[in-house]
Amino acid sequence: MDIKAVRSLFPILDQEVNGHPLVYLDSAATSQKPQPVIDAITHYYKTYNSNVHRGVHTLGTKATEAYEAAREKVRKFINAESVEEIIFTRGTTTAINTVASSYGRAFLKPEDEIVLTCMEHHSNLIPWQQAAKFTGARLKYIPLQADGTIDLEDVKATITERTKIVAITHVSNVLGTVNPIKEIAAIAHRHGAVVVVDGAQSTPHKKVDVRDLDCDFYAFSGHKMCGPTGIGVLYGKRRWLELMEPVEFGGEMIDTVGLYESTWKELPWKFEGGTPIIADAIGLGAAIDFLEEVGLEEIERHERALIRYTMEQLETIEGLEWYGPKDPDRRGGVIAFNLSGVHAHDVATVLDAYGIAIRAGHHCAQPLMKWLGVTATGRASFYLYNTFEDVDRFIEGLRKAKEFFDDVI
Amino acid sequence: MSFDQLETLYRQVIMDHYKRPRNKGVLQDGSLTVDMNNPTCGDRIRLTMKIDGGKVDDVKFEGEGCSISMASASMMTEAIRGKDTESALRLAEMFSEMIQGKDVEQIEALGDAVALQGVAKFPARIKCATLAWKALEKGLKDH
Repeated sequence: MDIKAVRSLFPILDQEVNGHPLVYLDSAATSQKPQPVIDAITHYYKTYNSNVHRGVHTLGTKATEAYEAAREKVRKFINAESVEEIIFTRGTTTAINTVASSYGRAFLKPEDEIVLTCMEHHSNLIPWQQAAKFTGARLKYIPLQADGTIDLEDVKATITERTKIVAITHVSNVLGTVNPIKEIAAIAHRHGAVVVVDGAQSTPHKKVDVRDLDCDFYAFSGHKMCGPTGIGVLYGKRRWLELMEPVEFGGEMIDTVGLYESTWKELPWKFEGGTPIIADAIGLGAAIDFLEEVGLEEIERHERALIRYTMEQLETIEGLEWYGPKDPDRRGGVIAFNLSGVHAHDVATVLDAYGIAIRAGHHCAQPLMKWLGVTATGRASFYLYNTFEDVDRFIEGLRKAKEFFDDVI
Repeated sequence: MSFDQLETLYRQVIMDHYKRPRNKGVLQDGSLTVDMNNPTCGDRIRLTMKIDGGKVDDVKFEGEGCSISMASASMMTEAIRGKDTESALRLAEMFSEMIQGKDVEQIEALGDAVALQGVAKFPARIKCATLAWKALEKGLKDH
């Protein structure tokens, strides 16, 4: 991968923040956008902005074609069987809520089990809490190993004949843990449960094949994978989506409407009520083209090299604790940490003063913070545009934060 | 932003309150307990107060958070202890104005909390500084 060429496509990276060249280490929160994505959105608004699936005029046809072409790009990107299985949503949160509200409320009964882990982002936790409250189903948690990984024996012990849904993240947004989705899905299926995967932190960084994983639902966001905000994807196996009722009703999603009864469009449109997120779906399509041109395997390899180097460097800082699997091959490109005696927010403020952007807080994973025994952590996250120099600057910034707080106290 | 600005944010007096917080703990004979957290970052505070005859007789705080939020809580307890509830609420209002970068008259009434003035230049940290004062306002207004 020609890192210089990649970086040159991200105009935002070429700037100084607080008098220092920007080091952006917060891609797990949202990634930066390359010029081709910005151009695709601008081009849509400048030349063929129109509503889709209605009217007969030329621009409308062009917009419809581009919107549906983006759906096909997504299908191919995750190797789904058909475009009917690709639903555009506002993001991962909306995608998971759609499954929980539609599939969950329709098919869960009292005493059924929903199996989760305590490393879930709130967006793959609270929808299930609500579905459980609504239906009388129970939540169960697969325990975590000390290093923040999952043991398949624990998965086997947790999933029972009563389990109807297993909802799990592919890659943890805090620990970086890559979960064995394929193996978990096989266990779940033996018990007749469906598997819902939060793919927000995986799809941007590694090749995802939903048919190989054999998951029933897969949710992800465009803005973490070089695409715009406000667009995400829900993949679902057709046989489940066919059984499910829409959760949003109105324009766009109907077939025939009467005064007292209406019927829905076929898949995938029955789940896309209202004017769809046209420009951003087209932007997501451009992001997929871009990522595929660079190569997902290449991106994964690059991030793994960065995380390996970061782990080595972090070990050289006294009083620094980092979390998650020790083996870089078992993790994604995020690393959460704490510097003893300095709160994560304070670390982040000092780093910001040196132009280094990291995240600090609970990362929308409060139960995981509890499991780690902390209230907050700092988190650095990498993407294809980060360099080894970025890691050096980050490590240097951490040393400065440590010195600064040692001095002022 | 320069190193100087960092030093303005983390002045000695702030770090002193962070490392050696005043009035830390929980009042066993308190008449008022307020819990508040900052859902965006996870900081939390529990404020216990003993209010007698419209006066804050005693106050303690307990919580978890960054240096700014915990130092601010410590400074707040010092500023309001012994004050009547109306004056305490006025101090909370003054603090809120100060942290928004406004000119505040008789600012010295805030005591050490004046040192947090520099936070106004760090918009991302304003919520840290105001947590304890919001808890105070909530408690006294409900009272």
